[in-house]
Amino acid sequence: MSVAGAYDRHLRPDTRPSGFQVWSWFFMRISGLALVFLVLGHMLIMHVLDGGVDRIDYNFVSRRWAGFFWRAYDWLLLALAMLHGAIGARNAIADHIRKPLWRGAAKTLLYSVVFFLLGVGTLVIVTFDASRMPG
Amino acid sequence: MLPVSLKVQRRIPGEKPYWAAYAVEVEENGRVLDALHQVKWHQDGTLSFRRSCAHGVCGSDAMMINGVNRLACAVLCRDLEQPITVEPLRGLNVEKDLIVDMEPFFEAYKAVKPWLVNDDPPPTRERLQTPEQRRRYDDTTKCILCAACTTSCPIFWGDDRYVGPAAIVNAHRFIYDSRDQGGEERLEILSSEDGAFRCRTTFNCSDACPRGIKVTEAIQEVKRSILRKKI
Repeated sequence: MSVAGAYDRHLRPDTRPSGFQVWSWFFMRISGLALVFLVLGHMLIMHVLDGGVDRIDYNFVSRRWAGFFWRAYDWLLLALAMLHGAIGARNAIADHIRKPLWRGAAKTLLYSVVFFLLGVGTLVIVTFDASRMPG
Repeated sequence: MLPVSLKVQRRIPGEKPYWAAYAVEVEENGRVLDALHQVKWHQDGTLSFRRSCAHGVCGSDAMMINGVNRLACAVLCRDLEQPITVEPLRGLNVEKDLIVDMEPFFEAYKAVKPWLVNDDPPPTRERLQTPEQRRRYDDTTKCILCAACTTSCPIFWGDDRYVGPAAIVNAHRFIYDSRDQGGEERLEILSSEDGAFRCRTTFNCSDACPRGIKVTEAIQEVKRSILRKKI
């Protein structure tokens, strides 16, 4: 008999091969590197150059999103940041939530929030049309 | 003689753990294991701990000494701050005092098939390899399965389904052995949910290893091999 404690119920390792683990690990490295440059560029443009955030208004955004490049830049920043953060949070859930039911529930909530925000962000970036806005 | 003040975490099944203080004397170059022997043999025979070879080879007396996983037979009392605190390894059920249930540790070890896999007909002489081929996995042959690395890993503390550094080190020992044919299968096993990618690179395992194995480096090599295999 062992002393009752946090580790009382040992669960066997899941040794079924998984492609997701390796690809998410690889994605974290690539996206992390890309995010360094994307975020630094974003910070420089939005917060430092030409008076920083004080000049940002509707006209600034509509001018910026008139072309494809900045829409693609912003979408890439959004997608990589959301997915990088989601995989990081998924790892934290795997490390800290032990019970399979709670772990599954936490992951479902996480994925729902991430894909909702990613979906809304994508919709705004793709469908934004300055000419159709009132005023 | 060297006076030693010991604080040992005592646990009895079904009861709350408590700290017991002991004052003993060991020789100038006495080890923590000698101090524990002094307690067990002359003060309190109920103190329980594992030890076998007592010379840093069998790996049975790994425990947490002054907050760090070490072998009690391989650390001198004079090198430690007193009182010397001694606790059981973390992340495994305690059977009694300093004795932990090693079964989950060995279960994870067995899961990576830590034996030579080779379906070729047995040769009439030994299977030869070059010194370079042998050097490829030399570091990970040093593992003595003491569990100091696995039980210093914060991921294992939180979830003992993670196979842990020791199992990956022992998989590494065969994956890169030129005579072995089971490397692909081991890489598949370690690509699993509870495999090598649970490692968060905290380096606790490398710090804890009493044999000086570069554990985290071995785990990273396995991760890269899994990635190369997928690509």
